[in-house]
Amino acid sequence: MAGLPHFGHYRGPYGVVLDRLAVPERHVENVVNATTYDFRGFDTMGEEFILFSAVTGVVLLLRGGKPRRHREEIVRSDLVRVIGGVGPALVVVLGLWLVAFGFVTPGGGFQGGVALAGATTVLFVTVGYTAWSRFGDERILDPIESLGAGGYVVVGLAALASGLPFLANILGFGTPGSIRSGGSADLLNWAAGIEVAAANVILVAEFVEEYIAPKVRARR
Amino acid sequence: MIAPLQAAVLVLVAAGAPAVVLSRDPLRMAIVNGLYGFVLVLLFVTLGAPDVALSMLVVSSVAYPVVLLIAIARSRAARDEMDD
Amino acid sequence: MSILPYAVAVWIFVVGIYGVVTSRNLIHLAVCLTVVQSSTYVLLLAIGYVRGAGPPIFDAVPVGTRTVDPVVQALSLTDIVVSVTVLALILALALDVHRHSGTIDPDEIAEMHG
Repeated sequence: MAGLPHFGHYRGPYGVVLDRLAVPERHVENVVNATTYDFRGFDTMGEEFILFSAVTGVVLLLRGGKPRRHREEIVRSDLVRVIGGVGPALVVVLGLWLVAFGFVTPGGGFQGGVALAGATTVLFVTVGYTAWSRFGDERILDPIESLGAGGYVVVGLAALASGLPFLANILGFGTPGSIRSGGSADLLNWAAGIEVAAANVILVAEFVEEYIAPKVRARR
Repeated sequence: MIAPLQAAVLVLVAAGAPAVVLSRDPLRMAIVNGLYGFVLVLLFVTLGAPDVALSMLVVSSVAYPVVLLIAIARSRAARDEMDD
Repeated sequence: MSILPYAVAVWIFVVGIYGVVTSRNLIHLAVCLTVVQSSTYVLLLAIGYVRGAGPPIFDAVPVGTRTVDPVVQALSLTDIVVSVTVLALILALALDVHRHSGTIDPDEIAEMHG
């Protein structure tokens, strides 16, 4: 059927090659993330900038010049506030763990980044606007997002500066199965994690500030 | 040949897509879309793709619903203002 | 061979396009687009699947074990995360349309502008 392989009988050569190279050559056990941040690192840089420009578009559309006024609490139940405070803390740990061990177990910067952003979003629902808006401040978030997107490029340029191809691994490889096994691909992994987390928090922050906060204030 | 488990999950996915599309009320759609995302997670697990499954899990359980619910809240609030 | 996975991918694509074409609400339309997009994940992962093989992670199995294809997985997982921000951008545009024309029904918007 249109040149598709029979289901379960994929014969493409690249996967086999990467499977054989990832551990001996790159010391990375999770071949999916070895592909994402090492073998196809340039491609992922493109993906990051799709993310970056989409967020820039949302910010341009939604961020008005108006100053943001003082915030008031919505949630008054202590139980909800306690659970809502502990839950996101656990999710933050989960997110960091997903990013950190991306080269060993399933996970990585993209998944962990969304989990980190999700944790701060839950704060808005359960603990309230005041607690959340500390994370939703664009004066902090914008530089963090730029750090994620720019950091990726800087790691690539650092390789160029040291006489290697763009995005080549400059830190050397760690022990397979260890937290530092990716070398400088691990820095790319963290850069992607920071970028994705910041991008998602900015998105929610813009939507909340633009659409929800005025309604909450108007109701008082 | 295809494993029975994979076939079963594929049928669920095939049923999930029209369930999302045919939910004409956006709020209901946001919820059905979350369930559809979860069925996709199951499919990715049975296809040996835990990384993709994890990606779909965090996105469909947190990111999609939040963005959608805020957009729906806004479009409803504006409609109420017009009715007043 | 089994064509079920490919048939399901095509089915999701067609269903999603049907939703886009018949949609009366821009928020609904944006979600239908993500359904169309999900058909690509099903197609890619179905192509890369190898019967009886495990995921391409070598923390428990020796190097050289046949696994499912890692390349299609790397493609899908980044795309899934990026799709959220693209959805948000579409929704922001839809709400901007809402602010200017007072409706999110694509047909009514077309009528209002002749």
